[in-house]
Formats: sequence, C-alpha cells, structure tokens
Amino acid sequence: MAYVAIQGGQRAIEEAARLSEYLRTEQGIEGRPVSLDDIKYQLRGLHSRILSEGGLYHPDLAALAIKQSMGDPLEASFALRAYRSTRPRRMETAAHDTSRMRLVRRISAAFKDIPGGQMLGATPDYSLRLLRFDLMDESPEAFQEIAGTWMENLNADDVPDTFPKVLDLLMEEGLLASSDNDGSEEAFDITRQPMIFPVPRSAALQSMARGETGSLLMIAYSNMRGYGDVHPTVGEVRVGYLPVELPHPVTGTPVEIGEVLMTECEVVAMYEGGDDAQAQPRFTVGYGACFGHNEVKAIAMAILDRALQKGMQDGAANPSEDPEFVLLHIDGIDSMGFCTHYKMPHYVTFQSDMDRLRTTQSKKERDL
Amino acid sequence: MRNDTPYTPSTAYPFGFLDAYAKREIRRSILKAVALPGYQVPYASREMPMGRGFGTGALQLTLSVVGPDDTLKVIDQGSDDSVNAVNLRRFIRKTCPGIQTTTLTEAATVLQSRHRIPEKPLTEEQICILQVPYPDPLVYVEPTEEKRRTMHGEADYARLWVKLYEDMREFDEITISHRYPTRINGHYVLDPSPIPRYDVPKLNRSRALILFGAGREKKIYAVPPFTKAEPLTFEDVPFRTETFVDADGNRLACRRCGATDSFLDEFTTDTGEKVFQCSDSDYCLSRSQGPASAIYTEARHDA
Repeated sequence: MAYVAIQGGQRAIEEAARLSEYLRTEQGIEGRPVSLDDIKYQLRGLHSRILSEGGLYHPDLAALAIKQSMGDPLEASFALRAYRSTRPRRMETAAHDTSRMRLVRRISAAFKDIPGGQMLGATPDYSLRLLRFDLMDESPEAFQEIAGTWMENLNADDVPDTFPKVLDLLMEEGLLASSDNDGSEEAFDITRQPMIFPVPRSAALQSMARGETGSLLMIAYSNMRGYGDVHPTVGEVRVGYLPVELPHPVTGTPVEIGEVLMTECEVVAMYEGGDDAQAQPRFTVGYGACFGHNEVKAIAMAILDRALQKGMQDGAANPSEDPEFVLLHIDGIDSMGFCTHYKMPHYVTFQSDMDRLRTTQSKKERDL
Repeated sequence: MRNDTPYTPSTAYPFGFLDAYAKREIRRSILKAVALPGYQVPYASREMPMGRGFGTGALQLTLSVVGPDDTLKVIDQGSDDSVNAVNLRRFIRKTCPGIQTTTLTEAATVLQSRHRIPEKPLTEEQICILQVPYPDPLVYVEPTEEKRRTMHGEADYARLWVKLYEDMREFDEITISHRYPTRINGHYVLDPSPIPRYDVPKLNRSRALILFGAGREKKIYAVPPFTKAEPLTFEDVPFRTETFVDADGNRLACRRCGATDSFLDEFTTDTGEKVFQCSDSDYCLSRSQGPASAIYTEARHDA
C-alpha cells in the first residue's frame, strides 16, 4: 500500500542524516576534515558572524557549528544558540568601558585626524574586488611564509594600549549631550525576560546585537534610502579585543576572565532641540556593538538604534522607527525556523481550508 | 582563546536539555497560565535545537513538566510517525533518560501535539500540550502587540466580531477554517492553535489540562480542566465543524478502520481515486488492530 504519513518517518530522518553526512565527507580519500582552527583563522568573516548571531562568545563551538552545518550561517548560529539554552546564567558583567579595547582597527568618518590616529587595520574597504587567481592553487609553503615573516620589522611597543573615544571630543565641545547613563542602570536581559512592548533601549540593543546581519542591514538600508531620516555620520567604528571582567565570587572585586573580539560603532545623527526651551540643540547618537568583526552589522545597528530612539520619542513614521517591527523581525533563528516550518506537513489545516472553500463554493452555486 | 574541556553528549546536556532555571521559569509561567485561563503569559522562550515553528514552545513545556516516570506521546497531524513527531520524540528520549514513550493515547501521561487533539477522550491524569505558531487571535485584526494586550485586558473583541460579520455578509459562512477564536471562561479569547474546528469542542470542559506553547512568539497559555471554552459565533449562526460526507450526504468512513466518527485525511491514490483515512493514527490502529498496536509503539521507538 503506497502510504503517506502514517509510517516511515523515523527511517526517513535517519537516512536523510546519513546522506548529509556523506555530502560532508564526499571528497573521500582526496579529502581532509576541515579543522576548527582552519575555520577560526581562514573563515574569519563567517566565524565572526556566527559568534555574533549565535549570541554566545565561544570561538571553538562557533567553529564546530560552522563545520557541522557545512558553512550555512543560519544553521551554524542556530546550533550555537541552541547550545546556549543548556547553560545557566550564573553571573552578570558590569558595564564595560570600550576605550579599554585592544584595537585592531578604528576609524572615524567625522574627523580627518583623531587623537591616537586613524587605524585602518585589516579591511577590504579599499581593496579591489578582483578574484585572486593565485590563491586557486596556493602552496602550503607560500601560505606559511607570509605569517612567518610578518612580525619581523614591526615593533609591538609602538602601539598604544588604549585609544580615546572620538565621541568624547564632541561631548567636551557640547555638540553632543553627555551620556546621562553611568552604567549603573540594570540592563534588561532578553534571554531571561520576554520583551513586552514598549521595551527599554537595552532590550533593543541586545536584540540587535544578536540579530541576523542581513535583516538588520535591510531595515537600516530602508532608512538610509529615504524611509527614514537618520542621515548618519560614522563617529567611530572600532574593532578589537575587550577585556571582560566578572566580580570575584568571594571578594566581589572585578577580575579579568578573558577577552572578546567585538565591533563597536557610534553614529552621529541630525540634531534635535532640548527637552525645554532653554536647552541647546545637540547632535544625537546611535550605538551598535556585537561580538566578532562585523562592521556592516554594527553600523546598521547604530543607525537602527537612532531610528528606534526617534520612533519611541515621536512615534514611528516608517518601519525602521517601529520597535515591534524591527525587533521582532531581525532574529535569524526565529525567522529561518518559521520559514522552514512551512515545509512540514499541514494536512489537517489544509483539509480544514478545503472544507471552508467547498462549503462557500456550494453556497454560491446554490445562490446562482 | 582556547578551551580544552572535551565536550561529550553526557556532559554537554542536562536532563530535559534546558538548564534548571529555565525549567523553573516555565513551570511558574504554566501556573500563572492555569490561574488566568486563556491569558497569554509572556516568558523568556529559549532556543531549542530544532527550528522555530517546529514546536519549540510546546517542547519547552514538555521538557519542563516531564520526569523520568512519565509516559509521553508525540503526534503531528494526528500521527505518531510523521517526521516531525519522530524527531521531537527522539530528542525528548535522548535528553530525558528513563522516560517512556507510547503511541497509545490512553497510556500517555503527557501528550505533545501539533494540529490535533486526539480522538480518544483525555482524562484528568493527562496533560495535553499543543504547539502554537500564532498565539493571538487578535492578530487577524490588529498587528501591534502592544494594542492587542490592551484589547485582551478589556475583553474588547469587537473587531473580531466584525470580521466574523463581514464573512457572513460576503460568503454567508464564517471562513475561519482552523485556529478558530475561542473564548475561555467567559473572558479571554485564545487561538486554540491550528487544530481543525473539529477539535475545538474537545477544549470545552476538558478533563485534561491543555497547555499551549508558542516558542517563537514567547507565550504560554492554558485551558485548565473543566473550563468553559466557546468558539466565537453568532446566536443565529451555529459553529460548524468540518463535514465529511459524500455527494449523497452520507458520512464518509475511514477506509482503514471504517470509523465514521473521526477527522479524516483526504488522499488521491496513484490511480486517481479519492480516499479518506483517520488523521489520528492511534485511534485508527486501535480500532483495526486492537491492543496489538501497543507493541508497535514501544518496540519501534526503543530502536
């Protein structure tokens, strides 16, 4: 009996998993399993993206997630995020000062020269996107040679440990409101509290920090193109390693437990008047930050932060200013899961749909 | 940073997959949901290792309420062996060592289901957990959650009534096929999940506790035992379930077990013939094979 849906599900799932495993290893004796280090060092862009969208800073497990998902970014972030659900949250970090970041790159589009200097770092921004055919058959010797000689003529002592924040300059001049947030306000935790709108800015920032890059970019781009009016200037983009401190379990003193690679962006946006008639108008700020090296994401997030603050203050004039619209639609795990679920059987609901259509059709027929 | 701790399945995942704090939070939310029948309790839904939309909300409820002495049944579209049900059951077995699984409705203490409530009547010894894609019936008429919460608080369902009225004007029939808005205990209207209208009356004064979990939308709600559940309709427009009749108006029977009192799936065979069969596979197998179907159960899923 050719039969549907009543038996055979288990075997089908097992065989599908076996076939996927075959595809992962299809190269056979010509192949070599990709190592977690290969992924961390040679697929940095993807690795950073997974750290960020997975919402868990665990470079080894992020690399493992990439390996087992065969490089699918949504699937890899998903596996990392799901692993996160099994871990209790034991402690909270205090607010961290990102001027302490050990920088690998920082630029400002607002000023030609900034204290500490512009540091271009490793960026494809000004490279020509020409295919490098010489990499098609790269020899291990040539590959190893580059890193082997890189540090020869560099003096590590030339690089300062910290750099001042560009935005501090604007604050000193009174062009930007000084932050009234001293970091003591308790942050919302989207992983432990449901978002009930309206939500505080900390909830919005957290949602965006682990949001899906393409989704953030799409909504931010709509604002840039005219469905919104943030008109941002990038005050600063910085990428680097931020030392992370946790309170010591016995003494309570902050203790450094490691560092995270992260990207931070502050955009300066059009000015607005003060709350009362006496107050000076000042520039406004949008803030973006995420794990890993993801500049497009951090900039998009900063623009959306600004747009959402405006929306919360004046009412949303377009989708990018609407907190529910933005924050409930940017999570890659949620959106890909729900999109995928449409592939599951919907026999019962479709049967029910047909019942309604047939009933209305027959009524119409009778009336004609 | 290097982390040299080896990860093995036994050290990597706790009983029930979720960490203990998460399970406690979910159980507290369930208690609140039971105390406020039909009210959508927001909770901090966790990511599960299967897709959002595949039943992650109900799964979190299941994992939070089961213990090693429970017997679990998982169905999807009424079937124990459809791919998603198999997948969920395997995951629960893997992360909840000691738990029994069954396909027999009457043998289960906890039932997780997508799109159906079993045909066999449930008892007060059972909890039925339904998977929910859209928890809020007001989403038909109001996209903003903030506004919907106010409408629920005030039991303001006027726009839903208008939607039903407009249906009657245009089609002379209410066109909502599944997810039929249902009023619980005279106040909150809930989305009963995509069960067919056929299953909606089973909610009314159900002996079993019925829980609803929406993982992606981060909501939990409940129809407690012996609670009134009324599908929204007008006094002069009776609520109608799906009908399964042939051209002469005779009730169609399941081609397998002959039942004329079950929700039927409709198929077209390779020869182009249209046939009908019970959607609830346990009901169908119990009728056609008797208690023997229980053997099918354990043996298969222990494999």
